[in-house]
Amino acid sequence: MTRIHLKKRFVLLLSIAGVLLFISLLAPLLVPNDPYKNNARVIRTAPSQQYIMGTDNYGRCVFSRVLMGARTSIGATLILVSLTFVVGTFIGLLCGYYGGLLDNLIMRLIDILLSVPQMVLAIAVAGILGGGMINAMIALGFTSWILYARLAKSQTLSIKQEEYIYAAKLGGHSGLYIMLIHILPNIAGPLLVNATIQIGTILIGFAGLSFLGLGVQVPQAEWGSMISESRAYIQLAPWAVMAPGAAVVLTTLLFNYLGDTARDLLEVKG
Amino acid sequence: MKRYVIKRLLHLIPILLGVSVLTFGLLYIGPGDPAMQCLTSNGVVVSEEILTVTRQEMGLDKPFFVQYGTWLFNLSHGDMGISFKDGTAVAQKLKEAFVYTLLLSSVSIGLSITIAVPVGVFVAIRKGHAVDNVIRMISFVGNSMPNFLICILLMYFLCIRYKYFPIIAQNSIQGLILPTLSLTIPMCSRLLRQVRAEMLEQLSKDYITNARVRGVRETYILFFNALRNALPGIITIIGLSIGGLLGGSVVIENIFRWPGIGKLVMEAIVSRDYPVIQGFVIVTALMYVVINLLIDISYRYLDPRIDD
Repeated sequence: MTRIHLKKRFVLLLSIAGVLLFISLLAPLLVPNDPYKNNARVIRTAPSQQYIMGTDNYGRCVFSRVLMGARTSIGATLILVSLTFVVGTFIGLLCGYYGGLLDNLIMRLIDILLSVPQMVLAIAVAGILGGGMINAMIALGFTSWILYARLAKSQTLSIKQEEYIYAAKLGGHSGLYIMLIHILPNIAGPLLVNATIQIGTILIGFAGLSFLGLGVQVPQAEWGSMISESRAYIQLAPWAVMAPGAAVVLTTLLFNYLGDTARDLLEVKG
Repeated sequence: MKRYVIKRLLHLIPILLGVSVLTFGLLYIGPGDPAMQCLTSNGVVVSEEILTVTRQEMGLDKPFFVQYGTWLFNLSHGDMGISFKDGTAVAQKLKEAFVYTLLLSSVSIGLSITIAVPVGVFVAIRKGHAVDNVIRMISFVGNSMPNFLICILLMYFLCIRYKYFPIIAQNSIQGLILPTLSLTIPMCSRLLRQVRAEMLEQLSKDYITNARVRGVRETYILFFNALRNALPGIITIIGLSIGGLLGGSVVIENIFRWPGIGKLVMEAIVSRDYPVIQGFVIVTALMYVVINLLIDISYRYLDPRIDD
């Protein structure tokens, strides 16, 4: 695989992701039918011209709901990944640059948080907080900043020894300035790659929480909760499960592939 | 080696204490008052008077550290409190359910390893061939699928469309097959990719070429040289996947009505039975920590170059 090949693939995948994001943002304008309108006359109809992915148990258009669900699922995932990325990176920078007591305390906290499997903790936190999108985000965000914090810390530690950092220090710049202007741009690559890979994991995590009833509340359209709702009558209307299922898998595949390509391109290990 | 094990065991103490603070703290992030939750989940009409008495009974009127101390003291004796819902001991409930979770997860882990390691070695020596590409694609897709979806698809095709299995088959060998498969597919996919990558890295090293030049049999090189040296990396990823497996089994147990701790905790979440949720976190964390300790120890055993 040559570099030029990889670059082309990366641009292609990134454009697909961009289009997907665009579609999910414009979902309310694109839906062919009202995703929340019940219609007793078309309950569980097979895919047809009017309802390209059929209808569910309440006669709602599955395709419209998948589109609206994209907005919820992808939107929430991207918001959470960006937030944890920023918070985690900043914590990692602080720990790596200053070290000392703060670093020690945070590393111990991380050890503790990592001794409970991520999804187990998320289920417990979301379960105690009660369902809802914000609570699901808190539950998943509880531990997902750790990845960035650890990576940013180890990268900062190795860059801290570079001469240009000493030069900047001698130049009288503040720690914050050095961290943000000199260190951050140099460690951003691997962090961004990890954030991209993380998108798929978080998307699946959200869908899992919603599936368990700990994410969005019905009737709001979200892929995980759609699957959970319609699995009860899968033998009557398999399309109502397959459509949101395919949406989750394809989106996760896209972001995982994008992450892998970015990793190969930047030659980041791990 | 002995010193390392002792050091690691001592290191566990602060971590487990931290986990206990975290778990105890979970009670405080929930909306409302635990005493209120306890009463309402029992269906008692709450009055100010009853609430005060219950708060005293539960020790909620004491300072945080006293409460935590009492809780920790009881926990160290294996007492995790009593369930809000039916007043039975949480430890007893968890113990009964834990056996099922342990059975399900160990079978899944075992199956994943037995499939992923030989297949991973096989695709590594066939790198670039059609077989390699197909298996890599399958494992990539398997890695991107939420386990509940795998589970529903398996149910739909194997139970409903083609009727190979009964949908509900509790506590029997048949009932174990589908939940195991649902947990195995994602774990196996992840493991397979890692085995392949580790094997390829080892096979590209000089000592392999050297062994080939000396005329050592290829199967010997594969299994006793390359795989042997790839083991630490493989075991690390097994340890990491077990975390995902433990989280995933909550979902799977609920779909298949498998009576493990995952099903127990979802019932507890629905009825806001906080002590059971706490017990669940403690038990899972303990299991995870012990598994990781064993993995770290075996890691040193497999690669003696890592010194204490």
